[in-house]
Amino acid sequence: MGLFDFLRSRPKNTASVATERLRIIVAQERAASGRPDYLPLLRRELLEVIRKYVNVDPDAIDIHVERDGDSEVLELSVALPEKAANPAAAAAAAASAD
Amino acid sequence: MTEIIVVTSGKGGVGKTTTSASLAVGLARRGKKVAVIDFDVGLRNLDLIMGCERRVVYDFVNVIQGECTLKQALIKDKRIDTLFVLAASQTRDKDALSKEGVERVLNELTEDGFDYIICDSPAGIEKGASLAMYFADRAIVVVNPEVSSVRDSDRILGLLSSKTRRAELGNGGVEQHLLLTRYNPERVASGDMMGIADVKDILGIEVIGVIPESPGVLSASNAGVPVILDDASDAGQAYSDAVARLAGETRPLRFTEAQKKGLFARIFGS
Repeated sequence: MGLFDFLRSRPKNTASVATERLRIIVAQERAASGRPDYLPLLRRELLEVIRKYVNVDPDAIDIHVERDGDSEVLELSVALPEKAANPAAAAAAAASAD
Repeated sequence: MTEIIVVTSGKGGVGKTTTSASLAVGLARRGKKVAVIDFDVGLRNLDLIMGCERRVVYDFVNVIQGECTLKQALIKDKRIDTLFVLAASQTRDKDALSKEGVERVLNELTEDGFDYIICDSPAGIEKGASLAMYFADRAIVVVNPEVSSVRDSDRILGLLSSKTRRAELGNGGVEQHLLLTRYNPERVASGDMMGIADVKDILGIEVIGVIPESPGVLSASNAGVPVILDDASDAGQAYSDAVARLAGETRPLRFTEAQKKGLFARIFGS
């Protein structure tokens, strides 16, 4: 780096960007590698079923398999929206307004 | 006792075959009896890097399918008496390798008193790659300081700790080492390339060697002389250090610091 390079603004150094991106993706993939293969599909289908009744966000479903001694536990948590946006109720309300 | 070492990476073109050839030569040069096996069925290349491509008569698949004996297929190196190459088949389909067949060949080499068997893995995570790692005692994961190579290496590390004989038997698993290749200290210093510590940190395993990016590697492959035999090249010396560490010696890393620039270069840039 020469004397005059200090006057130019340098873009963020690319090696640290690479390191940061890798840290995140590697951690994510390591977490995913222990899970059964069917989890993503199960998650998607559950989401479809739940959305028939409650309009939840696609990322509102958290699904985990945990080992508890000899047995495995499938843990499912769904974050419901703050105001229950029930499509059936909403449709009924719209119909009565007519 | 025979030690089986797989040289693997996931990503292609990072230097697996160059590394396999140099490690095999380096260990043999230390008086060990070494066999190096090309697992890349259909894309044979180890023979070229070792410089014995015109002496291949029988290959790995021929041995597995009983078309010749192991002795007939082992190519004795012209430079070192205790070094043997087993070439990959060029024409057959990838299903030609079987777990039983590979195990039979490895057992026969063990009975023949080989100290080391180096398995040169193909790229990817298909059958050839999984068979190359399955029977390993140790793994050298070759990685370039570059995002796709590092990510693929992490996948391979996951497979090494689940889909190998040692992992299945639960006796400590496969001993894993990182070998960084194409390392450019100047680019690391300028912030354009991930450093040794970054890669080691992300992957979480120890580094057994760092091979600098070097014109010597291409010259060596052009000539069919493994680069470790080029004592004048930095890459060759770095491979010698890695072999010493593999054999249990401690050696400091070399060629990993950027060359200091003179006052003139520092003031006026380069």
